Amino acid sequence: MTAKHSTLPVSYRLAVLSRVLAAVLGGYVLTALASVCLTLWVPMARADAAVTGMTGSFLVYLLAVLWCFGCRTAWRAWLGLIAPSLVLATAAGLMYWGGRA
Amino acid sequence: MKEGFRQAMAWLHTWAGLIFGWLLFAIFLTGTLAYFKDEISHWMQPEIPARSVPTETSLTLAQQYLEQRAANASRWIIDLPGAREPALSVRWQSAPAKPGERGQFTEKRLDPLSGAEVQGRDTQGGEFFYRFHFQLQMPYPWGRWLSTIAAMVMFVALISGIITHKKIFKDFFTFRPRKGQRSWLDGHNAVGVLVLPFHLMITYSSLVIFMTMVMPASILAAYKGDVQAFFSDVFPAANTAKVAGTPEPLLPLAPLLEKAREHWAGGSAGQVTVNNPGDTNASVVLTHNGTDRVVHEFGRAVTFSGVTGQLLAKTPEQSVPMAVAGSFYGLHMGRFADPVLRWLYFICGLASTAMIGTGLVIWLGKRQLKHAKSGVLPFELKLVEVLNIASMSGLVIAVAAFFWANRVLPVDMAERPQWEINSFFIAWGLSLLHAAWRRGRGAWVEQLALAALLFASVPLLNAVTTLHHLGNSLATGDWAMAGFDLACLGSGLFLGWAARKMQRAGQPEITGRNRQRSIPLEQEAH
Repeated sequence: MTAKHSTLPVSYRLAVLSRVLAAVLGGYVLTALASVCLTLWVPMARADAAVTGMTGSFLVYLLAVLWCFGCRTAWRAWLGLIAPSLVLATAAGLMYWGGRA
Repeated sequence: MKEGFRQAMAWLHTWAGLIFGWLLFAIFLTGTLAYFKDEISHWMQPEIPARSVPTETSLTLAQQYLEQRAANASRWIIDLPGAREPALSVRWQSAPAKPGERGQFTEKRLDPLSGAEVQGRDTQGGEFFYRFHFQLQMPYPWGRWLSTIAAMVMFVALISGIITHKKIFKDFFTFRPRKGQRSWLDGHNAVGVLVLPFHLMITYSSLVIFMTMVMPASILAAYKGDVQAFFSDVFPAANTAKVAGTPEPLLPLAPLLEKAREHWAGGSAGQVTVNNPGDTNASVVLTHNGTDRVVHEFGRAVTFSGVTGQLLAKTPEQSVPMAVAGSFYGLHMGRFADPVLRWLYFICGLASTAMIGTGLVIWLGKRQLKHAKSGVLPFELKLVEVLNIASMSGLVIAVAAFFWANRVLPVDMAERPQWEINSFFIAWGLSLLHAAWRRGRGAWVEQLALAALLFASVPLLNAVTTLHHLGNSLATGDWAMAGFDLACLGSGLFLGWAARKMQRAGQPEITGRNRQRSIPLEQEAH
């Protein structure tokens, strides 16, 4: 795959760049949202809930990165991050503004 | 990236591994050395005697010293000598000039038997490797961020590597030595699989250690932005009473050690903090040394009044989530490890380092094969080659230079610790220049040979510059001192063997054999 780099079209390189950005930035946002969501929904004391959310979050990051490079196109990579991010943001938002307080 | 999931993972493994490989190699090697940081510090400060004295005696001496020298300080911190750290260290924080400011800290090392100040040569010792391993000699917090990002890349590279390698456990039993590129790949897989639980544990735990820094969203959400409230919940022992202004003598500290032990099921205090000594509101915090069990408990302590000796506070039992995070922390640091387990940690760390190193060699080796006929490498491959050499053999030379500087630099030199560290980076920089100038196998052989020489001669250097040579340290049972010398000698012999292997492998008939293998390798390795 690498040896052909010099002959690879620009569109391929842009797609790789897009996947890298999706994995690093999109993956981080998804991970942060998952971590917040878990923290707000687990029935634990605040400190414990925060620690639980943070401890598990890196597994989500891993899965997000693997997804971004494993799926068929760069567009699907983004879609696969944005959709769950919206769901998690909604769930977290419900609890943050409407929940315990 | 249309070849399917496994190919995509191979691509990810290859490129993530390459780009962060050099940095990860340095992080893993220095981190591995940090498992013996106390022993390294002991070797680097031979003036500090290794004595075992009752903790009570040391604490009484420390209290006498501090009452004479630092009676007006706002806080004393006494680090008690342990099984691995022979020094008794006292620090005190002067009362701040204005309220709200932080007072200056002063640190002295005392002889745990006589209470006199010890004037060891000034050095960072093993602490340098420990700090470099996660701060990378960069200003706070950039080094911590970069090393945590590298850890996340390592995690991705590990898992994508496992996915790539479908026959991972079966192939583990295949090692084909003396087959050039093939052997490197077998070796990479073998060290990868053999200590896989260690790789995964050490990588994930490093993320957990810095999670409050890199993933603070949970704290912000749970505490509505008040991060300080989170830390007060997690470290309750840090909340202490303000100074009252009424003088009251401090009670003898030594008996509190026994009282603290009664509160803990095992282990004893490693650190004693006295807040507002000589005041009515004096409090004594005894922090657990954390060497009795795997699960680390942040700030596990009991607090007594410094006047009456009455129990003021005790950290509550750890909750399950804290214990989970604490076990990641404890497993990573390995403070509980006895000598045998500590060596096992060290060997596993070396295996991780070797896995990263072999991966980098494979990346280049595979691509070099295509240019074997012409013998001319394109620029990017030359760059990888130079970085491979400097990041691996160059780093080993730098470590040796650090040890040499400790013995060769004058004991009373100004800014001595800084010059030891400078020697490390100067040696590393020179090895980079050398690798760029010499290139290829020649550079490998020369650097490995130099590293071998520097390491193998460490016992000799120690014998010439101090009285703690092997004959002496073995006879007196100073195992840290003797172990350091012997480990350096062993490393020197290994590096010498590696240099010789490298030189032999460069002979033409073997290169020819490699060339024939280039086609099957293309299909097998990614």
